Amino acid sequence: MSSVDATRTPFDPAVLFKALFLALVAVFVLVPLLATLLGGFKSLGELRVNPFGLPQHWEWQNYADILFSVRYWQLLRNSLIISSLAVALTLIVASMAAFTFAHIKFYGSSMLLSYLTLGLLFPAATAVLPLFIKVRDLGLLDTYFGVALPQVAFSLAMSVLLLRRFFKDIPYELLEAALVDGCSYIKFFRYVTLPLSRPILATVGTITFVNSWNAYLLPLVMLNTDALYPWPLGIMVYQGEYSSEWHLILAFITLTILPTILLFLLAQKHIVAGLTAGAVKG
Amino acid sequence: MEAGQLTVARRIASSPVIGVAETSFSPIAVRGPSWDGRFTVLILFLPPALMLFTLFVVLPVGEAAWYSAFNWNGFGRPTNWVGFDNYRFVLETRAFWLALRNNGLIIAVSLAIQLPLALTLALMLAERFRGAVALRMLFFMPYILAEIATGLIFSFVYDGDYGLVASIWRSFGAEPPHLLASTDTSMLAVLIVVVWKYFGFHMMLFIAALQGLDKTLIEAARIDGATRSQTLRHVVIPLLYPTIRLSIFFAIVGSLQLFDLVMPLTRGGPADSSNTMVSFLYNNGISRMRVGYGSAIGVILFVICVTFAFTYKRWFMRDE
Repeated sequence: MSSVDATRTPFDPAVLFKALFLALVAVFVLVPLLATLLGGFKSLGELRVNPFGLPQHWEWQNYADILFSVRYWQLLRNSLIISSLAVALTLIVASMAAFTFAHIKFYGSSMLLSYLTLGLLFPAATAVLPLFIKVRDLGLLDTYFGVALPQVAFSLAMSVLLLRRFFKDIPYELLEAALVDGCSYIKFFRYVTLPLSRPILATVGTITFVNSWNAYLLPLVMLNTDALYPWPLGIMVYQGEYSSEWHLILAFITLTILPTILLFLLAQKHIVAGLTAGAVKG
Repeated sequence: MEAGQLTVARRIASSPVIGVAETSFSPIAVRGPSWDGRFTVLILFLPPALMLFTLFVVLPVGEAAWYSAFNWNGFGRPTNWVGFDNYRFVLETRAFWLALRNNGLIIAVSLAIQLPLALTLALMLAERFRGAVALRMLFFMPYILAEIATGLIFSFVYDGDYGLVASIWRSFGAEPPHLLASTDTSMLAVLIVVVWKYFGFHMMLFIAALQGLDKTLIEAARIDGATRSQTLRHVVIPLLYPTIRLSIFFAIVGSLQLFDLVMPLTRGGPADSSNTMVSFLYNNGISRMRVGYGSAIGVILFVICVTFAFTYKRWFMRDE
């Protein structure tokens, strides 16, 4: 054996250690996820004796029942509506504010910007009770907007900061030239700034979408009707109903996180850039 | 206003933004849109953001301070003024101190286990080799999964009858434990999930920082005869200090708002043993509509967060 090794690259224990370590962490991450996916294909009895391995009998019925249920699609639809509202409103409101902060100098501009960035300092949970009363008094309790509007408000600080930084990098000569040609600020915003800012808009949109899609506390407090529940609430209700029928719950979990994983695989670049760079530079 | 004043106002207003020679934009001052164009933008573009933010973020915080002085169930108007009693009740609750301790534990584990793990992985995966990018993505994946889904997945992993842990125990012939149902182990179980879910985020922070490092400094160290580990200890890690401080900041802020993950796992139980500050707030304030009491918890949490953020920024992140 040793002679074979000698003809190859010299054996380095550090490389072996590194490979082992990475494999160990990969197993730590993957096993719970794979067990969840596979668990959905098992019967409850099999799950008890064989939670790790491949199913002996693939029970497609678990997944099929959920995929053909109204409930699953209703949860995804509600989540999609709330997240889309949050993304659309955040992009519109934040980009308008960021444009003003980036291109228009006025008295109190930096003060107002610091005011907005106060939102970075504390989590929504600190004021969730008064927020509930506010939303109730506005008549928005148990509506999509009652969830989406506070989400937008809490995502504004970060979004405005990210967008403003990008808008400021757009060459001033461009604005100058446009203004000379009689273009208004608003037209410049609509036809130059926004089209040029697609990457950052995508990043901000992705952050807002992921946060809203995964949110639990705000919908939990603001919504009372099952028919309006987004999926994190719905899956908790489902788990309550099927408390120890883990094969069904696992199938349900798999199907509800599937959209997130697909989105992640499709838009990895934006998501990683958004969630890390956004956090760093915010 | 007269035209002359307008031009002057415009120049004063715009010159600091541009920073180019005065002459180069004098034509705009005459022919371009007047200050009115900017004014329109100002009154159209800024208010939506400011109103939303004030209405849903700033006012509720102020109102929390106000409501916290009442004993109120949220219906009608708050009338039963109790002064600082709610704060006293919170501070006298054992569960509050348990929750605070648990938040401390989460921070400790983040610093002692998660951060070194993330840094080690980042140093390994910042190099280019086959599979490095795939591993990065794999390790980052838990971070984008919803905390609710993560919590549910792990409540299966920990389940004493069907779970993975139980199965491992049984293969050794031991009686499987119910980790989430015991006051001794519930918090430990939550801590493991916290590491599982968040180490990838910190790893990505470090990878981003490593890729932005000035390579010449490392090369210079190697040319001067420093070994790999010396370069690492005396060049790379010091260069990463800003990122390490940032990572610690996120770990602490994240701990202070941890809630979604705890709910599917333990709901803060058993016997409040795994509550975080926010789940304590939820269980004692929100779910029972004790607005005054819950607001007092919220205000305490707010003060902790803001004090921490300012102190940390002042002490550790002065240059950033």
